[in-house]
Amino acid sequence: MSEDNNTKGLLGWIDARFPLSKMYDEHLGKYYAPKNFNFWYFFGSLALLVLVLQIVTGIFLTMHYKPDGDMAFKSVEHIMRDVDWGWLIRYLHSTGASAFFIVVYLHMFRALIYGSYQKPRELIWLFGMFIFLALMAEAFMGYLLHWGQMSYWGAQVIISLFGAVPIVGDELTLWIRGDFVVSDATLNRFFALHVVAVPIVLLMLVVMHIIALHEVGSNNPDGIDIKKTKDANGVPLDGIPFHPYYSVKDLVGVVVFLILFSVVVFFMPEMGGYFLEYANFVPANQFKTPEHIAPVWYFTPFYAILRAVPDKLLGVIAMFSAIVVLFLLPWFDRGKVRSIRYRSTSFKWLLAMLIVSFVGLGYLGALPSTGIRTLFAQIFSVGYFGFFVGLWFISKNEITKPVPERVQ
Amino acid sequence: MRKILIIVAALIAPTMGWAAGGAATFPNDKIEIDWDDKAAMQRGARTYVNYCMSCHSAEFSRYNRVGADLGIADDLVRDNLIFTTDIHGEQTKVGELMKNTMNTAYAEEAFGVVPPDLSLIARSRGVNWLYNYLRGFYIDESRTGLGVNNGVFANVGMPHVLAELQGLQIPKYRSESDGHGGEHDVIVGFEIIKPGSMSKSEYDNTIHDLVAFLDYVAEPYKQTRRNVGTGVIIFLFGFLILAYMLKKEYWKDVH
Repeated sequence: MSEDNNTKGLLGWIDARFPLSKMYDEHLGKYYAPKNFNFWYFFGSLALLVLVLQIVTGIFLTMHYKPDGDMAFKSVEHIMRDVDWGWLIRYLHSTGASAFFIVVYLHMFRALIYGSYQKPRELIWLFGMFIFLALMAEAFMGYLLHWGQMSYWGAQVIISLFGAVPIVGDELTLWIRGDFVVSDATLNRFFALHVVAVPIVLLMLVVMHIIALHEVGSNNPDGIDIKKTKDANGVPLDGIPFHPYYSVKDLVGVVVFLILFSVVVFFMPEMGGYFLEYANFVPANQFKTPEHIAPVWYFTPFYAILRAVPDKLLGVIAMFSAIVVLFLLPWFDRGKVRSIRYRSTSFKWLLAMLIVSFVGLGYLGALPSTGIRTLFAQIFSVGYFGFFVGLWFISKNEITKPVPERVQ
Repeated sequence: MRKILIIVAALIAPTMGWAAGGAATFPNDKIEIDWDDKAAMQRGARTYVNYCMSCHSAEFSRYNRVGADLGIADDLVRDNLIFTTDIHGEQTKVGELMKNTMNTAYAEEAFGVVPPDLSLIARSRGVNWLYNYLRGFYIDESRTGLGVNNGVFANVGMPHVLAELQGLQIPKYRSESDGHGGEHDVIVGFEIIKPGSMSKSEYDNTIHDLVAFLDYVAEPYKQTRRNVGTGVIIFLFGFLILAYMLKKEYWKDVH
C-alpha cells in the first residue's frame, strides 16, 4: 500500500475513485494501537465476530422461520428437525445471543477498569452504550420469536411495564403490542424490528463506534496517551500497526472463544436452562401463565432492580435509571487518571462494590422473589447506584499513583 | 487488589446457596440415558405408540425419521408403529408427522385439558421428572372418574394408562414438619396391592426405555450434534496451535 496513493494497476484505478488504500491504512495497516493490550482487549473484536455470526445465522433462520402466531413455534422445530443443519444454525444463533452479552459485558468492564470512557473518548462510550441499548432491544424482540411460554410471558411482563407511565400508559402498551395481549400482531412487528430495523441501527452504531475509536486512538491498560511520544515519522513509539500485529493476536483470541462457544453449541446448548429456558419448549399459551417468569440471564440484573422497588412506576424508573447512569459514566468520573493501576484504593473498593452488586442482582433476578431476596436486591441496587455517586465524590480530589510516561 | 478480590468472592458465595429446593415429590430417582442404546429407544417407541399416542401426539417428529435414526426399516415402521389412517381410510404414510386422531373438543371434555403434544416434553420437563412421574401413580378414590393421583404431579388429569403393566399401588406416608410449625404428610414409598403384568424392575425398565425414546424424540439430532462438535473442537485445537505460533512469529520484533 502506498503512502500518498500513487498506487498502480487495478488498485490505482480504484484509489482514484474510492479511498480504498486510504481506508485500509487508516483502520488497519497504519492504525497504531498501543503494544501493551492484555486479555481484556480481546472482547472488542470478539463482539464484532459475534455480530457477524448473528447476522449470517439470522439470515438463514429467516429463510425457514414463519412469523405467525400459529406457525412460529412449529417452524422453529421444523428448522431443528427437517432443515439440513438447521439445528446447528439455530443453536449458533441462540448461543450467539448469550455470547454477545457475555462479550459485551466484559468489553464494558474493560472500559471501566482502564478509564476508556474518559476524555477524549466520551463519544466512543456513548456510541457503545447505544449499541448496548440496541442489543437489548434486539435480544428482547428476538426472544419472542421462539413463541414458547417464556417468550410469550416474558414479553407480556416487560411490555406491561410501559403501562406504568402516567396518563398514556395503557395506550402506550396497546400501541406497542398492537393488540390487548401479546399476539400475532406483536409477533409480526417484533419480527420486522428484529430482522430489519434494529440490525441496521446496530450496524450503523458499530461503524460510528469504530470510526470514533480510530479518530482518537485506543486506550490501553496503563491509560497513557501513546500519541504524546512519537518518533521522527510521527509514529507513536509505543504503538504497533493493528495489522498484522493485532490481527494475528486477535485470531488466537477468536479461536479460544470459538472453542468455548462450540462446547456450548454442541454439548450444552441449553446451558442448564440459562441460554434456552426449559419452559420455552412449551408453545406459547395465552391462557396459562407459568408459575415463575424469569427473563433471560442477561436482563436479570435490571429486572432485579425493577422488582426491588415496591412501587411499579418507581421500579420502572429505577430500572431505566440503571442504564441511564451508565450513559453518564464519563461525567460521573471527574478523575484525571484512567487506569485502575494508578487509581486510588477507594476506586478499587467502589468497583468491587459494583461487581458484587451487579452479579448479585443478576443472580437474584433469575429467582422468584421472597422477603429476604428482595431485601438483598435492594441492598445490591443501592450498591449499583452507589458506585456512580461514590465515583463522583471520590474522583474530584483522588489520591493517585504517579502515571508513567511510556507504557510498561 | 488481591485482598479486594477475596472479599468480593466471599460476599458473592453465600447467595449461591439459595437455589430453590421446591416441594418434595416422590418418587425422586435419577436416570442416565445412553444415547447409543438404540434398542432401548426402539422398545420405548413401541410403548409410546401403543400406550401414549392415542392421546399424545409427537407432531414435530416423522415416522420415517424415527425409523432411520433408530434403525427400524420402513416396512417395520408401517407394521409396528403406525396405527392411524388418513381421511380416505388409508394407513398414514411413513413420511408423515406423528399426529393422532383425537379431536380437541372431545379431549377437553374427557380430561379437562387437551393432552399435550410430547415431542418436546423431555426438554421442558427433563428425563428424571418423566421417569418419576410415570412411576408415581397411586390409588386415590377421592378423584372421581380417575381413581388415581400422582406423587410427582399432584391432581394431574391423566389416568394411569400403564396400570395393566405396573399394577396399582398405594402410598406410604410419613409426617414431616414444614418448617413453619405445621406438619403435613409426605409420600415416602409405594406398595403394590394389585399386581400388573410386570414386576417392579421390568416396569422400571419399560419406563426407562420410554423416557429414552422421549428424550430422543425431543432432540433427534442430539447424537449428530455431539459427533460434529467433537470434530469441530479437535479442529479448533489444531488451529489454535497454528494461530498461536503465527502470533509468536509476528510479535518477535515487538519489545
